[in-house]
Amino acid sequence: MKTIELQPNTNSLEVVGHLKFGRKRRGFIPRGLTFLAVLIILLMLAVIIGNIVIGGIGTISWEFLTHPPEQGMEAGGVFPAIFGTVALVILMVIAVIPIGVFTAIYLQEYTSPKSRITRLIRIAINNLAGVPSIVFGLFGLGFFIAFVGGGLDLLFYPEEGPVWGQPAIIWASLTLALLTLPVVIISTEEALRMIPRELREASYALGGTKLQTIWRIIIPQATPGILTGSILAVSRGAGEVAPIMFTGAAYYLPYLPTKLNDQFMELGYHVYVMATQSPDIEATKPLLYGTVLVLLLLTFSLNSVAILIRSRMRRSRVSAQ
Amino acid sequence: MSAPSNTDSMKVLSVTTAVSDELQPDIKSKMIVENLNFSYGSVQALFDISMKIRRNRVTALIGPSGCGKSTFLRVLNRMNETIPGTSMEGTVLLDGRNIYEDFDDPSAIRTRVGMVFQKSNPFPKSIFDNVAYGLRVNGIKNKQLIHQVVEQSLRQAALWEEVKDKLDNSAFMLSGGQQQRLCIARALAIRPEVILMDEPASALDPISTAKIEDLIGELRKQYTIVIVTHNMQQAARVSDHTGFFYEGRLIEYGPTKQIFTRPARKKTEDYVTGRFG
Amino acid sequence: MEQLIFKPKSRWREFFGEKLISVNAFVALIAILLIFVFIFKEAIPIFVDDYVKEDASLDKMVFKQQYYEGREAKWSWQPNSEVPKFSLWPLFIGTLKASLVAMLFAVPLGVGAAIYCSEFASRRIREIIKPAIEMLAAIPSVVLGFFALMVLATALQNTLGLTFRLNAINAGIALGLAVIPIVFTVAEDAMTSVPHSLRDAATALGANPWQVSLTTVLPAAIPGISAGVVLGFGRAVGETMIVLMASGNAAIVSASFLDSVRTFSATIAAELAEVVFGDTHYHVLFMIGSLLFVFTFLINLGGDIVLTRLKERLQGKAT
Repeated sequence: MKTIELQPNTNSLEVVGHLKFGRKRRGFIPRGLTFLAVLIILLMLAVIIGNIVIGGIGTISWEFLTHPPEQGMEAGGVFPAIFGTVALVILMVIAVIPIGVFTAIYLQEYTSPKSRITRLIRIAINNLAGVPSIVFGLFGLGFFIAFVGGGLDLLFYPEEGPVWGQPAIIWASLTLALLTLPVVIISTEEALRMIPRELREASYALGGTKLQTIWRIIIPQATPGILTGSILAVSRGAGEVAPIMFTGAAYYLPYLPTKLNDQFMELGYHVYVMATQSPDIEATKPLLYGTVLVLLLLTFSLNSVAILIRSRMRRSRVSAQ
Repeated sequence: MSAPSNTDSMKVLSVTTAVSDELQPDIKSKMIVENLNFSYGSVQALFDISMKIRRNRVTALIGPSGCGKSTFLRVLNRMNETIPGTSMEGTVLLDGRNIYEDFDDPSAIRTRVGMVFQKSNPFPKSIFDNVAYGLRVNGIKNKQLIHQVVEQSLRQAALWEEVKDKLDNSAFMLSGGQQQRLCIARALAIRPEVILMDEPASALDPISTAKIEDLIGELRKQYTIVIVTHNMQQAARVSDHTGFFYEGRLIEYGPTKQIFTRPARKKTEDYVTGRFG
Repeated sequence: MEQLIFKPKSRWREFFGEKLISVNAFVALIAILLIFVFIFKEAIPIFVDDYVKEDASLDKMVFKQQYYEGREAKWSWQPNSEVPKFSLWPLFIGTLKASLVAMLFAVPLGVGAAIYCSEFASRRIREIIKPAIEMLAAIPSVVLGFFALMVLATALQNTLGLTFRLNAINAGIALGLAVIPIVFTVAEDAMTSVPHSLRDAATALGANPWQVSLTTVLPAAIPGISAGVVLGFGRAVGETMIVLMASGNAAIVSASFLDSVRTFSATIAAELAEVVFGDTHYHVLFMIGSLLFVFTFLINLGGDIVLTRLKERLQGKAT
């Protein structure tokens, strides 16, 4: 038998043995092209962020962050919009975290992944994540405001004008809670899957019931995942405009929301209003850029924190194995 | 609604002895297993096993991996119920009471039949909280009592001197051998009557293994111990009785000395002399 | 040793705990059903209510209409004019144009970057690319819309010499920026889940890395990449704020991508605030919402099935 010497890393057209190996396609062209795609994406990201930072940095000041808009939004600050955004996402988080965490616990701890009901719930979660945000807005209007709010008014305030059956921060936050529910569920589930079975067994073996095991062992262990999910949900919720434009956000309000059925100003919506409805766009521009920068900083910092927690969680899992 | 507690156990024992000699045929047996069959889904793992586990003795279960010895161990405290899709028939008696029928709440069984696992699995909590966990989930709130029991349990597990100054440290800061002794202390804290050990020393170095074996020697005075091991020397060193499992069946069961020196079955002889497994 | 007295555990607590947890698990399912019910409920009058049908029957929404005596029949969306016109064609064409541009822009970039990331990139470069894409995904769509409206539109107009600042190209590119992360993530995930044994087999036969990619990884990941493209398309069609701000919002029936466009989603966003509750226009907007819901629902369901099957097959779970 003849020995054939293969030289996989040469480009030469040497005759080795009786086999002739041609020049191998080593993928320089695809490598270059796909790298170009990466470069274009990074470049665009840099341009967008750079443009907003450069345009907005000069506007941001203590004044800007703590004062309300003045002179038809051509002066002043964005404090009511920041306040409204924070209030909105706090209410949203209060609604979405228990539901999301319990759903994840139910899926991971109480049912087998193959059961029909689990599959059905999973399909629902995936689809909920894909419903366009404007459809959530329609739903918030049709369900929360007209049906729930209108129903409450009919029951408790039949004589007065609309009390609950009108756009309000509570309806906007509940709409956003549904929109961000998949984020919390998926993130919590990932954390639950990382908890080793041995920990659950140790708790059972000491006489712990399922509920005690969940409450005392599983939820504390899943906290980083729950936190990641919540922060990602907040970041997502803070940036969504379409779902809140009919359910509670206002162009301009002279007061801050203090009750659940108040309307509110919101950063994203404020950007939309200033960018599209301003009579003198050049005069509004610095404030507009400043507002966009505030919104971007808010979502980016939240996301970075979430990514940091998540990568720590994953790493500690790897090192524990 | 009343799940039996440890304090009831002696009463229960005397009642059942008085009422039925059939259920309590011999006072020397802590647990009696009769005609046990067990399946994971459609795969049967245990076939018609009957076995009496002696009170205050160490019973070793040996056999090649996959022979069903760990499954059998987990039947004794209803641990297998936590795995979905399993099924079981047969009786398992603890002091004459059927643990599968006379108790509604499996967690009540597990406070009487404790368990130590193959891989040490401390909770991601402090050393103190690990040992106190079993007390807390079983409704004990008296802080003084908890402190007292935690100390006793750590002493019993021969860990107290090493950890007494760092009870608030994370359990993960202990060495592997210490972690396993912590798990034993944790199991002791709820004062079980029976302790099941699933290859408790398989992941440990020889020195830690020796410590665990010494510990088992101490604990046998107060507890009934069932230990699964793949290490035949260990079985010979620590146990009074040995059961040999093979392919889901209990091939031979008797005094350890007899099993290791003149086994009745050829299969057992082949295994203990190291011809397979 | 003193005796320990264990309290028997409350079975009620266990029972209610489990019920509380399971009730929450059905929220997602109920939410989808409620969305379905409450969006469609408001669209139903289009099929049954005679008053609504007068201006907005199905054929009026689909076929050319002669709105004025003696004038040419046409498709037109002018819900607030004296003769309300509810043709969906201009909106459909607008949606299609914007989404097409978005896909033409996002698919090569998203898939290309995914291929680079999974086949060529060193670990270090991957750890730059992935967070960057996550950052892109984290940019709120209103910010992308703002950027397209203020910066991109001017840049495109100046370089291409366009008549309309805001048009399908401008909206489509901005939309593409929102679609890239989806295409990238799904495609990259599909490629990295191709088992190493497959790669190793090809490598052992002497193939170089790119040949391995071309002959084993890419073919195996094709369903996943397509699913990413389809899911991205779903996002493009449903995305609202970007097109609302960057497309010009003129409901024009034309083949030119340089004209302004008005999409389904932007129409809802722009008009819902002004409609009278229960009016024909109101029901038509919910009808559009129903279309968007059904469309994205089908796309997501399809994408989901493809991805689940792909993973099962690649991980050898399929029977």
